[in-house]
Amino acid sequence: MSGAPVRPGPGSLESTLRARRDQGAKLLIPYVMAGMTEDWVPVLQAVAAAGADAIEVGLPFSDPMIDGPVIQAAGLAALGRGTTVRSVLDELGRADAGVPLVVMTYYNLVFRAGHRRFAADLVTAGVSGALIPDLALEELHPWAQAADAAGVETVLMVAPPTPPERVRALAARARGFLYAVARMGVTGERAELGAEVKSTVDRARRATDLPICAGIGISTPDQARQACETADGVAVGSALVRRLLDGVGPEGAGRFVAELRAALGP
Amino acid sequence: MSSDAATGGPSGSAMGKPGRDGRFGEFGGRFVPESLVPACLEVEVAFDDAWADPAFRHRLGELLARYGGRPTPLTECARLSERLGIRLVLKREDLAHTGSHKLNNVIGQALLTERMGKHRMIAETGAGQHGVAAATAAALLGLDCTVFMGEFDTQRQALNVFRMELLGAEVRTVTSGSRTLKDAVNEALREWVATVADTHYCLGSVMGPHPFPYMVREFQRVVGEEARRQCDELLGGPPEVVVACVGGGSNAAGTFSGFVDTKARLVGVEAAGGAAVTNGIPGVLHGMRSRLLQDEDGQIREAESISAGLDYPGIGPEHAYLAAIGRAEYATADDQAVLEAFALLARTEGIIPALEPAHALAWVVAEAGRSIPTGSRVLVTLSGRGDKDVAQVRELLAGDHR
Repeated sequence: MSGAPVRPGPGSLESTLRARRDQGAKLLIPYVMAGMTEDWVPVLQAVAAAGADAIEVGLPFSDPMIDGPVIQAAGLAALGRGTTVRSVLDELGRADAGVPLVVMTYYNLVFRAGHRRFAADLVTAGVSGALIPDLALEELHPWAQAADAAGVETVLMVAPPTPPERVRALAARARGFLYAVARMGVTGERAELGAEVKSTVDRARRATDLPICAGIGISTPDQARQACETADGVAVGSALVRRLLDGVGPEGAGRFVAELRAALGP
Repeated sequence: MSSDAATGGPSGSAMGKPGRDGRFGEFGGRFVPESLVPACLEVEVAFDDAWADPAFRHRLGELLARYGGRPTPLTECARLSERLGIRLVLKREDLAHTGSHKLNNVIGQALLTERMGKHRMIAETGAGQHGVAAATAAALLGLDCTVFMGEFDTQRQALNVFRMELLGAEVRTVTSGSRTLKDAVNEALREWVATVADTHYCLGSVMGPHPFPYMVREFQRVVGEEARRQCDELLGGPPEVVVACVGGGSNAAGTFSGFVDTKARLVGVEAAGGAAVTNGIPGVLHGMRSRLLQDEDGQIREAESISAGLDYPGIGPEHAYLAAIGRAEYATADDQAVLEAFALLARTEGIIPALEPAHALAWVVAEAGRSIPTGSRVLVTLSGRGDKDVAQVRELLAGDHR
């Protein structure tokens, strides 16, 4: 990424991903836990430069219900370093990653801040979207209303047991992209790609024209490529975060993302 | 008392069935990842179906009677009453099989697990009472059972770990977070996401996503219904004050449900270090909207109590609702007062209570002759027996004497 920084505006997540998909590219959305290391902002920039189409930025929460040990450890490290919602959004507001950012966090942080304030703060920080996994469709309305009004795109998940009519309801409410849960379980690296990924993506495909990205348990370039045989793209979290916990820094993060990019094509 | 006459929530009568959204007023709901929504819906449908099925209710009643030892007695405390200047009666859940009220819920959920065609239950536990009860029910019905317990709790309740293993359950030590009940719930939820096809999450209290707060209260309703009948016989009517300890709040919910339609003052007593009603603010954790101990950002704060069973930063959503509408009040007891009440009941009545209900007793001891007028009739649910706590109390008291 070079040239003048471009601040992503409202709607930029979906339009960016659609444009890339329609050019025939496979989408790559790595996850980085905000505040987990001193150099987490340079990590974002390195990940973007290495070929990410968007980045999920984890906002650490004390009780991450759907996260496995690696993301838990990163969240704990971030909180241990004194990371707060304010500090993350301030740092994001000063930085420029060059690609759309999606905040991934848990609902209590949103609820505590207040829906409208949280949405407005995301926009001020230059964040395009939000993924709040414990905010079920039935409870979504107050947040979705505030997010829509502010121009924050709310990414929703469909899972292997989600029945078709529910997939349609989720797809109709999703913005940015639809997140297809590749396997039942928490986030984390797995030896094999989840067997349910194809059927889940297929069900989503029949319900929407939105870009569909698979995530949870996708940890290697080969698994990413396999998932993209059906999905439009992949989200990769624990495999990158583990490397960051091991201390690879921005350069190592960039190298891993470049490997993923190479497996998916340009 | 009709058990399912009205819907709960803002317009319905208190402690009825919540609406389809699982709300008690603003509290409750279902805040879970999409992967778990179909499972919660499955439990909701299965429970509604079972609860309306006389054969299910009959089998549950038979097991609670012939296996669980119900009804548990109501005991009049002559010596302690005289000392406090009130008429104190105890609902003796400590005399139920496994030594606490927890069996009522786990037998119900184990039967439900079987009815849903699943062969495995998972459970979280704090003090170990729910874990032991779940392991017991699993053994009784031939189900596999895995119990999640915080590392800190496995140390202070080592004997209960061994009990669960004796009963054939696998105990998984949880080393994340504060290593107590809250973290055990997190791990159980994570395990449920991964194994939901063949596994039921047997939640131990009136918390979590809908339908758990409602379902667990219904399974514990037997405590309040029995106590109501027994109070009519022994006292000639409902008592003036009904008191129960509250962690998540299942024994209190069961007890209150038997008296919510009377004039009785309902009091839930929390641990001073885990007082979610007194010190908490509205938030969302473990699938429910309730009152939680949390910081400015919404990060959950760790509860601290000598009682592992009350070491929880939240409270069941229906309790948050009963507090909001003023139908129940919530007070606290600190560790020192709890230890004194623990010893007092042992010496005056020959009953060693668990540390959890010792909180309820401590509040009664403090308030007798003050906010509890002299001569009042007071019901305390003695939710469990104290055997599990004796070693810990011995250490604490020895520390005091040094």
